[in-house]
Amino acid sequence: MGRPAAEGGSGTVTTTRATMPFDEALERFEPVLGLETHVELGTESKMFCGCRTEFGAPPNTHVCPVCLALPGALPVANDKAIESTIRIGLALNCGIAEWCRFARKNYFYPDMPKNYQISQYDEPLCSDGYLDVEVEGRTFRVGIERVHLEEDTGKSTHVGGATGRIHGADYSIVDYNRAGIPLVEIVTRPVEGAGHLAPEVAKAYVTELRELMRTLGVSDVRMEQGSLRCDVNVSLMPRGAKEWGTRTETKNVNSLRSVERAVRGEIERQAAILADGGRIVQETRHFHEDTGATTSGRSKEEAQDYRYFPEPDLLPIAPAPEWVEELRATLPEPPAARRARLQAEWALSDLDMAAMRNAGAVDLVEATVAAGVPAADARKWWMGELARRANESGTALADLPITPQQIARVVELVASGALNDKLARQVLEGVLAGEGTPDEVVEARGLRIVNDEGELTSIIDDVLAANADAADKVRSGKIAAVGALVGGVMKASRGKADAGRARELILERLGVSG
Amino acid sequence: MSLTRRTAAELGELMAAGEVSAVEVTQAHLDRIAEVDGKVGAFLHVAAEAALEQARSVDARRAAGEALGPLAGVPIAHKDVFTTKDMPTTAGSKILEGYRPPYDATVTARLREAGLVILGKTNLDEFAMGSSTENSAYGPSHNPWDLGRIPGGSSGGSSAAVASYQAPLSTGTDTGGSIRQPAAVTGIVGMKPTYGGSSRYGLIAFASSLDTPGPFARTVLDAALLHEAFSGHDVMDSTSIHAEVPPVVEAARHGDVAGLRVGVVRELSGEGYQPGVLARFQEAVDLLESLGAKVTEVSCPSFTYALPAYYLIAPSECSSNLARFDGMRYGLRVGDDGTRSAEEVMALTRAAGFGAEVKRRIMLGTYALSSGYYDAYYGSAQKVRTLISRDFEAAFHQVDVLISPTTPTTAFPIGERADDPMAMYLADLCTIPANLAGNAAISVPCGLADEDGLPAGLQIMAPVLGDDRCYRVGAAVEKAFQDRWGGPLLKEAPAL
Repeated sequence: MGRPAAEGGSGTVTTTRATMPFDEALERFEPVLGLETHVELGTESKMFCGCRTEFGAPPNTHVCPVCLALPGALPVANDKAIESTIRIGLALNCGIAEWCRFARKNYFYPDMPKNYQISQYDEPLCSDGYLDVEVEGRTFRVGIERVHLEEDTGKSTHVGGATGRIHGADYSIVDYNRAGIPLVEIVTRPVEGAGHLAPEVAKAYVTELRELMRTLGVSDVRMEQGSLRCDVNVSLMPRGAKEWGTRTETKNVNSLRSVERAVRGEIERQAAILADGGRIVQETRHFHEDTGATTSGRSKEEAQDYRYFPEPDLLPIAPAPEWVEELRATLPEPPAARRARLQAEWALSDLDMAAMRNAGAVDLVEATVAAGVPAADARKWWMGELARRANESGTALADLPITPQQIARVVELVASGALNDKLARQVLEGVLAGEGTPDEVVEARGLRIVNDEGELTSIIDDVLAANADAADKVRSGKIAAVGALVGGVMKASRGKADAGRARELILERLGVSG
Repeated sequence: MSLTRRTAAELGELMAAGEVSAVEVTQAHLDRIAEVDGKVGAFLHVAAEAALEQARSVDARRAAGEALGPLAGVPIAHKDVFTTKDMPTTAGSKILEGYRPPYDATVTARLREAGLVILGKTNLDEFAMGSSTENSAYGPSHNPWDLGRIPGGSSGGSSAAVASYQAPLSTGTDTGGSIRQPAAVTGIVGMKPTYGGSSRYGLIAFASSLDTPGPFARTVLDAALLHEAFSGHDVMDSTSIHAEVPPVVEAARHGDVAGLRVGVVRELSGEGYQPGVLARFQEAVDLLESLGAKVTEVSCPSFTYALPAYYLIAPSECSSNLARFDGMRYGLRVGDDGTRSAEEVMALTRAAGFGAEVKRRIMLGTYALSSGYYDAYYGSAQKVRTLISRDFEAAFHQVDVLISPTTPTTAFPIGERADDPMAMYLADLCTIPANLAGNAAISVPCGLADEDGLPAGLQIMAPVLGDDRCYRVGAAVEKAFQDRWGGPLLKEAPAL
């Protein structure tokens, strides 16, 4: 429930055992999944004070007596964060509480300045909803138990140790910029019956959730920056059994791929222990991105008593029913419906649509279309040249330093005949390299197609003179040989010639009708 | 008459009329502090230079023709739980020794704005936990009536400062009676406003759902003037009430009780009360009747459970509120020699930085909130709290105000109850119900107990946001008593 991974945990590492191959594990056991996802809201100010929420600001520059918990400071709830949480709840088909309270969750944590977290306990703002996710053509309904609002902690950096963890570090420094940023926790009900698709269902759920948050505009949901974090619960029950097994909770899994790997890994690990006659210990586990393995954290026996009680510094939340209905009425189109609509509009196959979604291209293509580009062109550029470059540089498509409006301008230049595809690619390269807008790159690099007939004719004359054999072949009716000549012209013009026009002029020059 | 014998209202008028300057008034009080505080021990910090500077600024503004409030230039002492950005704030604890907050409490800021001159910070039971000011990490304060006795608690420094004429006004906080009880035992006026009527922002928290800032003064009118100057909604405190401040000054100027229905709370007098205190209370009842009030007895059966409920709720909240004092970011740090873990340093800091009473309450609260005991203790206490609120509501259907003695006894000798926390907790027996219900209550002097010659207080309780009723009744009683005594009760106090 909102607790960041304990650094190093209790130090009791369970004995490493062999894992059971995934397929064999699934033959013997049915996995039960549970997912707890934390989403940092993209509000302008923090949950309980007016400090800004900007990511990556110099340490401790967005802090005040309230978020530093100086003696005497008091929280005041951010209405915008409450609104965002209600919108998330509505989008997840939840009921919205007519009256609920914040609670204090008391525990000590080095980067939590009050040494308690203001959260919600038995009175969540939203509860009992669901999210449908599709995996391999099957729809899984993931039950949502609750959606509640809390505050994030600060961030510690442990300096001097080999692992970056507190153990072995010389000292630790704390940045409170993140302390008090609104955090929404979305907790699923146990998901049964996914079978061998459990890892994919987990991944699909987080993917769908992330897309929903983005559609709602409530968060930038960047897993790599921690604005969306996921805890994965897995338990196994023997096939045919009715009671769930003991679960483990793998904390802070920070990429979609890791969600899948963490579920798969836990299934393989737990199956081996159970098959061995062993017992699963209820505990938190830490996921290691590099190896894909998990290690033991705190066990249930050492679990904290959070001593929850209603937060006396804040008034209860009682959202007016009319307001909730207004928020419901103004929800954006759900991502799944939107995807179906766009797929139809863009006339794409399921496979193409899936590829676009996986590449994170749907929003970008839609924005590019909105900027006036035909869907086919928009898709071609984003899924072709730009996807390739993103791949090469290891960045997300959305993080490329180029905007849909710039793509639209490039497409416009191609359509007007000012650029061909090859030149267009060079323009994109220039924009990505930070050389300016498409027009500035065209100008600076001199990429405009050579339309000057005189210049083109002179190049053609040179090429014909240098390739007399090919010219003769064309003259003698072997029209196909013109390709080599056009190629020569393109080479001589360094790609700037209009290939179509060059072909026409060559044929004209050689007295052959194309 | 010496400037330090004047009331705040009189000082305000003298300064407005140009008969005396704020600097003169401030200097007179600084001199009085220098003269007597060695014996009284009311102050933890005297800000002489800053006070004179502030007084000069008020005089300059007045000279420039600026319209100033009625208390501009009047000196005040703040209980050392209100943060002050230009002087230390310790909450009476070692753990905050040397801490200088970077910001002002709303109460502090509003009073600065109103031109009040801050003389310094007054002593208190550590983190406002206690009923005698003996729990201060910086030593006890003394009752000006008898230096061997306690000045009440937890705001004992503030009550002692006013009762010994070191300041005409002071601020306090009332969580279970910490304003009314010290006011009663030092013979002055102390008011607990409606919860949420005055901002807690910048008040170092003891028990958030109970803590209420309020005024100390030697007269009902002075208390009302101060009350009005710092009260009202504050956007920085979401529990502060969105409502006009009740017309307290108006009520204090025109106290009258003719036709008023006054209820005597049956559960708040009788066995266990000092006879002299009960006798003075009975006189106050007779006085009210003679002034035309209709006095009846009212029963509030749940008040019997107020003390145990309070001693579950207040420690529970404090166990959480005090968690932030871990030696990591400000204040005391113990044992950080490079060999110890953060947890060990925190533990050593808390062991050294918190006093016995604070530790006792943290332990109590931690226990009461723990998952296996929550329902039995904290949950039950909250239910009692609801019942107490209902008792008040039912009573206020029958009567306009409720009255009781403020404290069961007069000031006890320093050290007498120090080793018996339960005996100490009884000092707040009569005051706690109003904290649990959040309504308004005031203590005004009602004479000296025959057996020890020490002051007793009359408590007047009013409904939520009925603060003006406290002042109205208080002013009527004050006038009648002063007519009888030939002046304020404090003139009976021995010279220091």
